[in-house]
Amino acid sequence: MSMLSFEKKYRVRGGTLIGGDLFDFWVGPFYVGFFGVTTIFFSILGTTLLIYGAAIGPTWNIWQINIAPPDISYGLALAPLKEGGLWQIVTVCAIGAFVSWALREVEICRKLGMGYHVPIAFGAAIFAYVSLVVIRPVLMGAWGHAFPYGILSHLDWVSNVGYQYLHFHYNPAHMLAVTFFFTTTFALALHGGAVLSVLNPGQGKPIGTAEHINTFFRDTIGYSIGELGIHRLGLFLAIAAGFFSAVCIIISGPFWSRGWPEWWNWWLELPIWS
Amino acid sequence: MKILAWFIGFIFLILTGFMLLTAGWEAPPMDSEQSGFRGTGMVQVSNPRVDPARLQAQLEMVPEISPLPEDGGGPRAGDIYQNVQVLGDLSVARFTRIMQQMTEWVTPEEGCAGCHVLNNLADDSVYRKDVSRHMIRMTQAINSGWENHVQATGVTCYTCHRGQNVPEYTWFNADPAAESGRGLVGWRAGQNRAAEQVGLTSLPEDPFGDYLEGTDEIRIAGRTALPEADKPGTSIQHTEETYALMMHMSTSLDVNCTYCHNSRDFGSWEQSNPARVSAYHGIRMAQTLNLEHVAPVSDLLPPDRLGPTGEGRKVNCTTCHQGVNKPLGGLQMAENFPSLYGESVSSQASAEREEQSGELVSAIPGSGNPVGTAPDSPAGPR
Repeated sequence: MSMLSFEKKYRVRGGTLIGGDLFDFWVGPFYVGFFGVTTIFFSILGTTLLIYGAAIGPTWNIWQINIAPPDISYGLALAPLKEGGLWQIVTVCAIGAFVSWALREVEICRKLGMGYHVPIAFGAAIFAYVSLVVIRPVLMGAWGHAFPYGILSHLDWVSNVGYQYLHFHYNPAHMLAVTFFFTTTFALALHGGAVLSVLNPGQGKPIGTAEHINTFFRDTIGYSIGELGIHRLGLFLAIAAGFFSAVCIIISGPFWSRGWPEWWNWWLELPIWS
Repeated sequence: MKILAWFIGFIFLILTGFMLLTAGWEAPPMDSEQSGFRGTGMVQVSNPRVDPARLQAQLEMVPEISPLPEDGGGPRAGDIYQNVQVLGDLSVARFTRIMQQMTEWVTPEEGCAGCHVLNNLADDSVYRKDVSRHMIRMTQAINSGWENHVQATGVTCYTCHRGQNVPEYTWFNADPAAESGRGLVGWRAGQNRAAEQVGLTSLPEDPFGDYLEGTDEIRIAGRTALPEADKPGTSIQHTEETYALMMHMSTSLDVNCTYCHNSRDFGSWEQSNPARVSAYHGIRMAQTLNLEHVAPVSDLLPPDRLGPTGEGRKVNCTTCHQGVNKPLGGLQMAENFPSLYGESVSSQASAEREEQSGELVSAIPGSGNPVGTAPDSPAGPR
């Protein structure tokens, strides 16, 4: 892969978090770095272990392969490899790979003198994953509370864990997370649509500007968040979606053991009408 | 504009405060009990600082049981006393004992006068006396016909009454007039209120009329990928009423859905926990009790004991369970009262009904013989 003429200018050494200039080079278009190496290491090891788990399991059906966490009776201890130990090692690899990737993004940000918005945004997704497989299981006292790795099996887990609290749609943080997920896609669709609409005015017509978009939104809803603001809003909505997803599962069990519908009793007992 | 924003923000702040401080949040550590294969999420989560206390408080209220006297072979109560229509074949000592015990269970304040005219115990003028006869026959029918639900533990008057004339947790048939809302709300189809008996959800408030008195079957999960043209599907109302009934069962037993079901296929017996078999028979038991024993008593009751439809109170799961998966933690009381066991007609009737829906019953693992309670029931005196 050849390098574009201006790319060389941005390929500066330094800015690494650890290791000085160890692995501080590019392979083709990709920056390697210490955390690039750890990303590769963890993802290859983790994927290989998943394939090994499938090999010793009952099926090669891609939908049914299931690498499950240990029984709850193991608590927070290590389990035998074939009884959940594999899941434990894969989880370490997954977190290692995700965090390495985020730190590699940090190093690239430092090289370019950028802010850390991208790795922070990715960190919200990592936080949601870690909530599921580490934070909540630790609070509940057993790795067995985490979800299994498998296409259908993890969906079965989601369903059953939802029904552990009778009706998960009454979980307040789940409500917020779902709302933020929908709002995120809604905002992205409006933003994408607005930009494309001024840039594609039709054959032979002049393209519009940011002011056209601002005016469009002022005309329709009386307010435009602005060119920079829409990106701040997008980042906030998306991170909030991931953050409240994490909150909704952390509170289910450790901080609320009953059905979620019952939680809303505080509303029914507000001193206004009770 | 700015004042409005501040005002809205202030309201949100107040509500958030109430949400965080008054919702009754709990804290780890929690107890959890796994019932399915690892990683399937089939787990009961309970708060060890709250849930055992409920059962403990109930057990502390249980009146002492006097030891069962030898029968002795003397004259029968029915020969000595007049107008003894139930329990007449007991020896006098045993008859007196169970009468005494029933006052502690049902009328601890009124004593014998709760049911009897004191200067003529044979007199039938107190309506409760005749109600008691029906209820004794019901207890015998449960203990001798519904072992597939009550197992060897059985029930006594105390299982429901808990020292009160009328069991605390019962239901009335819903007032048809109250099913509609007022003013612009219009027809609300008996739902959309945070009803206690369905776990404070907006689900239909009265699933009992259809499922615990009526003999509607719960058959809401499709068994084919697409609707079949020649078979009418079930309605969304039917589905919601089923969910409402299930919320009631969960709340009654203080268990979650995965106590019985694997939610990947609620209807599949193969993937369900054994507790679901007990629950299946429990639903049928409640139907039979309401139809054969509880509803007929309505005719005997004074008007102030009747609900909006002119019928008396009826039983549901909470009537016995009261927030514990085995009533009173499976405390053995009935075995001290052999007279509370008897011939049963109900079990035959239910056997006939089960035969009619044969395809389902045959799919229940272990149906027909007593099925062990769920392996994940908390250990209690059994």
